[in-house]
Amino acid sequence: MATDSIAIPLPRTASRSVVLDWLCTVDHKKIGIMYIVYALIFLVIMGCEAILMRIQLARPESTFLNAEAFNRLFTMHGTTGIFFVAMPMLFGFGNYFVPLMIGARDMAFPRVNAFSFWMTAFGGILLYASFFSGGSLLHGGSAPAVGWFAYAPLTAPAFSPGHGTDFWILALLVAGVGSIGAGVNFVATVLCMRCPGMTLGKMPLFAWMNLVTGAMVLVAISPLTAAQLMLIGDRFLGSHFFDPAAGGQPVMWMHFFWIFGHPEVYILIIPSFAFISEILPVFSRKAIFGYPAMVAATAGIGFISLGVWAHHMFTVGMPSYGNAFFVLTTMVVAVPTGIKIFNWLATLWGGKIRFATPMLFCIAFLFQFLIGGLTGIMLATAPFDWQLHDSYFVVAHFHYIIVGGILFAIFAAFYYWFPKMTGRMLSETLGKWHFWIMVIGFHLTFDFMHVPGLLGMPRRIYTYQAGRGWGVWNMISSIGVIFQAAAILIFVYNLVHSYFKGALAGNDPWDAWTLEWATTSPPPDYNFDAVPVVRSRRPLWDIKHPEDPDWKYE
Amino acid sequence: MILSGGRGLRTFRLAVAVRSAWRACALTLLCASASFAAVNPAPLSPTNIFAPESTPARSIFRISGFVLEITGAIFVVVFSLLAYAVFKFRERKDDDGHEPPQVYGSNQMELAWTVLPVLIVVVLFLSTAQVIHRVQDAREPADAVQVTAVGHQFWWSYEYPQYHFSTANELHVPVSDASDPTPTYLRLLSADVDHSFWVPRLAGKTDLIPNHPNTTWIDPHQVGLYLGQCAQFCGTSHANMLLRVYVQTPDDFQRWVHAQEQPAVNDPSVVLGRTLFVTKACFACHTIRGTIAAGKVGPDLTHLMSRDTIASGILPNTPENLRRWIRDPAAVKEGALMPKVDMTDEQLNQITAYLETLK
Repeated sequence: MATDSIAIPLPRTASRSVVLDWLCTVDHKKIGIMYIVYALIFLVIMGCEAILMRIQLARPESTFLNAEAFNRLFTMHGTTGIFFVAMPMLFGFGNYFVPLMIGARDMAFPRVNAFSFWMTAFGGILLYASFFSGGSLLHGGSAPAVGWFAYAPLTAPAFSPGHGTDFWILALLVAGVGSIGAGVNFVATVLCMRCPGMTLGKMPLFAWMNLVTGAMVLVAISPLTAAQLMLIGDRFLGSHFFDPAAGGQPVMWMHFFWIFGHPEVYILIIPSFAFISEILPVFSRKAIFGYPAMVAATAGIGFISLGVWAHHMFTVGMPSYGNAFFVLTTMVVAVPTGIKIFNWLATLWGGKIRFATPMLFCIAFLFQFLIGGLTGIMLATAPFDWQLHDSYFVVAHFHYIIVGGILFAIFAAFYYWFPKMTGRMLSETLGKWHFWIMVIGFHLTFDFMHVPGLLGMPRRIYTYQAGRGWGVWNMISSIGVIFQAAAILIFVYNLVHSYFKGALAGNDPWDAWTLEWATTSPPPDYNFDAVPVVRSRRPLWDIKHPEDPDWKYE
Repeated sequence: MILSGGRGLRTFRLAVAVRSAWRACALTLLCASASFAAVNPAPLSPTNIFAPESTPARSIFRISGFVLEITGAIFVVVFSLLAYAVFKFRERKDDDGHEPPQVYGSNQMELAWTVLPVLIVVVLFLSTAQVIHRVQDAREPADAVQVTAVGHQFWWSYEYPQYHFSTANELHVPVSDASDPTPTYLRLLSADVDHSFWVPRLAGKTDLIPNHPNTTWIDPHQVGLYLGQCAQFCGTSHANMLLRVYVQTPDDFQRWVHAQEQPAVNDPSVVLGRTLFVTKACFACHTIRGTIAAGKVGPDLTHLMSRDTIASGILPNTPENLRRWIRDPAAVKEGALMPKVDMTDEQLNQITAYLETLK
């Protein structure tokens, strides 16, 4: 028995051992970094897709791209952004920091963790393999052209011949299995792996929010996976779930898709809230305001978000009382979301705010998320949505959330935790250039994008006629993309440059309070020499201020 | 640590700041909403949702204005508080290096910023539900004009069941006078994939979904041409599936109906083209009433020349454009399902000449 479980090291070259080490690792930190790097690569790819689309839309009746290429680009851009950028990026940070913050040595199921990552990775690679299959690469190979929402019956073989749609289905099926594995792991880790003293009420909000996210992943991804199986059945096995000619219901696909699709939005935003809830207090030099309310609001959003999906379907022709129900549930989400914003505001209040780059991104997040939330209330008003639905207003709204909210929170997380992950600081100078150029680009693109929506411009059109009054707004949006691309270049340069040449970080460069800063940067494989024991939500505050520890007040 | 005293004081200051900010922004919004209503935004775009000309669009416009005012007020208040906090509580150059007072929370404040949003949600929900009911559950009057709109990849067909004819891509409806309302009720069907009927100045959008018949209605108050386009991604040429609604006086509308009800003109001078329409199998997809052509796959061509545009609104209906279209439809409109039929230039001229007679 004993000899079986001992790995016998084979002689191998240094580089080969590094590669094998990463391929075979079950260490949550390495897996976290792989998620993040993987997501960064896809971020750049989806950004390039966006650039091509913005060139096409900058002027009316442009001939830069043809219709099919454009349709493929927006399908790939959306699918990539949700499944292969935002989710892996957030899972990556969660993977790296949930165990560290709760004083654990690893995730609950390290092998499931590695399996989940590789499934997600394989999903993305499979999706992009479609570019190299059939057709000419210039026109997008046989990349899917059905939209990231893939409404039936456009996905039926009659309307989507070839294998583009199959690539899409299988890629998401595979990645979905990975996501479900990650969800299981987050829930189990947070519930079972906390260090002594860390009751649920003493966990960092980061852990709470990843717990809720994990649970939501389980509930939300499963219907999508089921729907993908049905669609595969329709395309290959002669089933008729969504085939109207045989009595199937295209509307049923919409329900399946959105009961995944809306909780998905919160699966992305709640980990972003987690970043903000950790970073904002540190740079305000204050404890998070209203911790119990923040936890309750997070759980509340998690629950309510499972009952709002049909607000994506106000134009589908639901009965008036059905529409009214989803108006109500959707508007109710605004209440816990508001609670969060107010608690963050109260955390700033009376603090000593330090404007380091992570904090700049956090503050921009607050303003932008506020606006994205308010346009969300407009869209929740079903009659207003009858006009705005599937228009550029919606595109502007959710990019406000996904770029202005989630991506800004991710940038904050990069600047904040990069020192912990690599042992080196990111350059503050480059960081500030990155921040300000990104802010300019973001607002040029997405503020002005609301207007053509109000002027009747639908989404997913590769061209539009002159004389609709949309041209100038689209031109401004496209110009903004130049700034955003420049900002991303600076960011990537900063990552690479600082990785090799950045100032040494030390264990605790931000004078922070959660457990990850109690170990070395980067942490050793086993995270902590001795398993820590905590008495409050800010164990490092207690150590730094023995005369006035948190546990006296919590 | 100044916990109890500092906390009470700060709570009080925050409350005062909220109150004064609220007063300031109420005034701003009053001015903003006044100018919002006063400016006529129609010239901005022929598809401006804030230039409604029909009851459903107007109802939406009113509730939109209300929601914009409320969200605008929230924006001004929260934005100001955030901006104030970020500016006021920045770390100063002469900072003493001490941590600020640690405040862990306040149940009263949590209660306040829970109850207040709940109240706002109640108000917003009730006013929204009212508009949903008014627009969606409006009873169809017995004398309403009925149209069955069918979405196809990538064009629209319109059947007028009361008048027994059908046409394509250009919808004609009578203007509706407030004293004598003549609304048009559209039954929305799809022949293939999902589409969405959206003419922003007349009504919000409603989807056309296979196996899921929908209804929408309009009662345009002004004569004129209203534009829109398909708003649900329906495949390759989704962007080229434009909508045109011609709102006419009741007399003009009746004249148009009368003309549409007639069978096609039979002009002996274009007999070659008419024969080609059969031998080249055009009749299999298109209807020309009064001839053997009775296909339902493509647009009804009985009165093709009564339309201003072809190819679902993307091209003016000129002989050159028509010829270009017939020569290679997919070259004009990518993804168009009408096949390219092999024809000599002469045959192309003959068939175009024939179609030109279909007044």
